[in-house]
Amino acid sequence: MSNLKNLTGPLSANNPVIVQILGICSALAVTIKLEPAFVMGLSVMVVTAFANLVMSLLRNGIPSRIRIIVQLVVIAALVILVDQVLKAFVYDVSKQLSVYVGLIITNCIIMGRVEAYALGNKPWASFLDGIGNGLGYMAILVIVAFFRELFGSGCLFGIQVIPDSFYAAGYSNMGIMLFPPMALILVGVIIWVHRSFKKDLQEK
Amino acid sequence: METLNLFIRSIFIDNMVFAFFFGMCSYIAVSKNVKTALGLGAAVIFVMLMTVPLNYLLNEYVLAPNAIKEGLDLSFLTFIIFIAVIASFVQLVEMVVEKFSPSLYNQLGIFLPLIAVNCAILGGSLFMQQKVEDGSIGGFVDSVVYGLGSGLGWAIAIVMMAAIRERLQYSHIPAALKGPGIAFIITGLMGIAFMIFSGIQL
Repeated sequence: MSNLKNLTGPLSANNPVIVQILGICSALAVTIKLEPAFVMGLSVMVVTAFANLVMSLLRNGIPSRIRIIVQLVVIAALVILVDQVLKAFVYDVSKQLSVYVGLIITNCIIMGRVEAYALGNKPWASFLDGIGNGLGYMAILVIVAFFRELFGSGCLFGIQVIPDSFYAAGYSNMGIMLFPPMALILVGVIIWVHRSFKKDLQEK
Repeated sequence: METLNLFIRSIFIDNMVFAFFFGMCSYIAVSKNVKTALGLGAAVIFVMLMTVPLNYLLNEYVLAPNAIKEGLDLSFLTFIIFIAVIASFVQLVEMVVEKFSPSLYNQLGIFLPLIAVNCAILGGSLFMQQKVEDGSIGGFVDSVVYGLGSGLGWAIAIVMMAAIRERLQYSHIPAALKGPGIAFIITGLMGIAFMIFSGIQL
């Protein structure tokens, strides 16, 4: 039961991006299109889950003074693995993500979950917690990317969805959706909508 | 001229916050008043000014293909080397500042550990590596200038944001938008304002 909670909690009530405000750093620039957003979300999920698992297994053997360095090494090693896999199998997406793959290392979600959860819980629960937080992160990325790709370039996953007759009737793509500031404004709006439904999260 | 251009670009056009969203976590969390924002901004400028050139040297003489030995390419170790340099440098600065200037330590102390995981720092180094590849950073001096400019750009952004948020206390914001929600939207609007700099060429 509590394991299930680890998985579903981060999706909405405890979402890492819009509630805990973590991991925005390396995220928003990849949301111009759905495909890189999806790949980025997946990579972060894998790294979070395995970083949690490894740190949870090691948790009783690490002196707490040097734990930050150990965490960084574990996370950096995982990110290098993910980077090499992306380069090998989805080279185009890996080019689009450019430095943002490397920035998964400093993604606060991963450090945050390792510090707050994995260091005090059993491996399996930590692993699920990592998957859950990765999913919560991916959900926000995909929502933002959906709106930006739909309105910015009229496509979803690179396939045109807005019919040509719309363009013929005078509709045109909103170029501003492709600029970085719109991602921030969209996240702001998502937070607004989310907190309107979850009143207990509102600030006084 | 090229170098000056790089400097202006890294502050205004390629601003770490508005163009690349780097360091957003501490940017949102620490921008509640101008004084602490200034402290963190200064710390970030200093750390970037030091780590970007340091990583430049490492990149040039250790990591680049054929740098140590003919046929040896260590570039896959980039991430782990860069983050190790940054984390240990931050640790070092913390200890030095604590020893020699306790008053400065009290002001900056709480921010220094935060900086190790600030994406702007690692991002600066990774962008530096990319810029070396495409030729816009040509030498050691350029990397110093780039580090300084990127740090300055980040500091300007967080100080401006803190000033706006101080004023925001007196305005009527919908309950659900208070806190991070409005902070994101303001950052977006500031980003749109910063887009006016994007055609500047020196």
